[in-house]
Amino acid sequence: MDGLYFWIFAVIAVLASLGVVGQRNPMYSVLLLIVSFGALSGLYVLLNAPFVAAIQIIIYAGAIMVLFLFVVMLLNVPTEDPVKGYHVKLLGGAGPRHFGAVLAVALVAELVWAMSHLRLTAMPESAGTTSSVYQIGLKLFRDYAFAFEATSVLILLAMVGAVILARKEN
Amino acid sequence: MQSFWPILVLLGLGLGFAGGSVLLSQFVGPRKPTPEKSAPYECGVPPVGDARERQSVKFYLVAMIFLLFDIEVAFLYPWAIAFRTLAWTGFFQIVTFFLLLVTGYIYVWRKGVFDWSGERHR
Amino acid sequence: MMAFLLENKNFIAQLLLIGFVFQVLQISAAVLVYFERKIAAWAQQRYGPHLVGPSGSLQPIADIVKLMFKEELRPRGADTFLFYLAPILSAAAAFGAFAVVPFGTSTTLFGLLDKPLALEVTDVNVAMLVIFAITSMGVYGVVLAGWSSNSKYSMLGALRSSAQMISYELSYGMSLAAVVMLAGSLSLRSIVDAQAGYWFHVIPKWYVFIQPIGFFIFMTAGVAETNRAPFDFPEAEQELVAGYHTEYSSMSFALFFMAEYINMFTVSAVATDLFLGGWHGPFLPSWLGWAWFLLKVSFLLFFYIWMRWTLPRYRYDQLMEFGWKWLLPMAVINLLATAGIVLGMGW
Repeated sequence: MDGLYFWIFAVIAVLASLGVVGQRNPMYSVLLLIVSFGALSGLYVLLNAPFVAAIQIIIYAGAIMVLFLFVVMLLNVPTEDPVKGYHVKLLGGAGPRHFGAVLAVALVAELVWAMSHLRLTAMPESAGTTSSVYQIGLKLFRDYAFAFEATSVLILLAMVGAVILARKEN
Repeated sequence: MQSFWPILVLLGLGLGFAGGSVLLSQFVGPRKPTPEKSAPYECGVPPVGDARERQSVKFYLVAMIFLLFDIEVAFLYPWAIAFRTLAWTGFFQIVTFFLLLVTGYIYVWRKGVFDWSGERHR
Repeated sequence: MMAFLLENKNFIAQLLLIGFVFQVLQISAAVLVYFERKIAAWAQQRYGPHLVGPSGSLQPIADIVKLMFKEELRPRGADTFLFYLAPILSAAAAFGAFAVVPFGTSTTLFGLLDKPLALEVTDVNVAMLVIFAITSMGVYGVVLAGWSSNSKYSMLGALRSSAQMISYELSYGMSLAAVVMLAGSLSLRSIVDAQAGYWFHVIPKWYVFIQPIGFFIFMTAGVAETNRAPFDFPEAEQELVAGYHTEYSSMSFALFFMAEYINMFTVSAVATDLFLGGWHGPFLPSWLGWAWFLLKVSFLLFFYIWMRWTLPRYRYDQLMEFGWKWLLPMAVINLLATAGIVLGMGW
């Protein structure tokens, strides 16, 4: 049964992600990305990680995508226009295209390496209780306390950066 | 997954009902569009220009600050569950975390991100 | 067939319960529309709906039928798919959010079931986060409606409403976290059960008495999340016509309203579970707990509607400043103070 669920969510996630890049209208791209995140969240639930699933929705689908939507509306470019020379030269020229191809090959190589070095372990049974959030709390504040505090510096920098960038726009 | 599927069922019922009623009203309702009726509403005056113009950068700023604080709220939940075990160490870790964010919060406040009346910081 | 039914009694009961909740949510929207109009009329010393059915009680049904047969207008330049998707998303998110809200103890339907069936759609261990997550999805219906309409009022209304919703979502999430700390659980059912019993045999152990500020923050943020007065920007007629749903008509318009009323119902139900002890109350036996639940929810809903006809609407800059400069710091201080007191007192 879980296998069936996996395939449903996995197919939705992959198709939606393909739609994101294959889409000319940025608004639809954002929406498809939300669908993809939703399917990912379903996969996390299957992995007995309900906390990660909820956070995936709250942070990625609920906050980052709202930001993306606002940016799309802020710039208001309804469709990417491939005919206008400006875009072609900037993103579709020979240089960037070759660079992109190199990156794609590197990514595939990396994936193949990672997949072939996977050591499959049995999934922990019924970890999907409140105690999993409790365990995350303990780990986060004991083993990863420094990383956690460092995150706040990162957030602080992002805040300052956002304000400075927006000021420049004015 | 055992306890999560009912959420999907309820969401699906909602989607089906909402989609169905919109679809049904397409069939039973009349459809006689005139140029006036299908014009965007602008209080009776013929519409000028496009609605999808560039919007104020303030909305982007609010969304950005919201995102950053939302990450902080996400961190709060594991702490809220485990804070009795973590005791005062965890408490001071969270307070340190908050203090850094408060610095950013004060900075953003001083820069007028929360002011919408347009009188200050123009 | 019969054997299958008997073997899977609990599964079927669960499915029926989901259908029941779905129906109740739909009906609650209709009932709320009626009471909103009646209370408005009472506040303004007029009759309100009184022609269709006894004291006008069938008015919402008449309204729905009427809206069904109305012409669906779509402005020029609107994005057809997104234009219809927006109200559907709003309504679906509204239904989904109620999935993890428990509304009573459990029942065996007078001995019909082998295992007791808990009175809620589902009890997940991260229920609080699920509510928070689905609430955060509500903003898309608003944004999409505004953007796809290709109308200036819709666009501006959507931007304002969505900025408002995300601003108050932070305080909403933090007031939830304060309750999580007290109960030590993310499941709404255990949070309700932690509120059973009395202090000194008189005062019920409701979290509203230990978390009055948290309750205030939750309700304020909840009202703002549902776009209701005094934060009802979509209805700021003087400046934005009807905000993000200016261009909507017929059923898609009705869906936005339905979503609004269901969201009100959900916020009140969550507030009841978190702060008012859910189905725990004196006098009634525990299997009638849902009656207490309903009573508390109705009280909060009355409060909601009463507020709309009492308080003037905020100005947009006041609303954003209140959310960021007052409510958010208040929520942070409330949270840290709660943690400090709990740790200090050794609760």
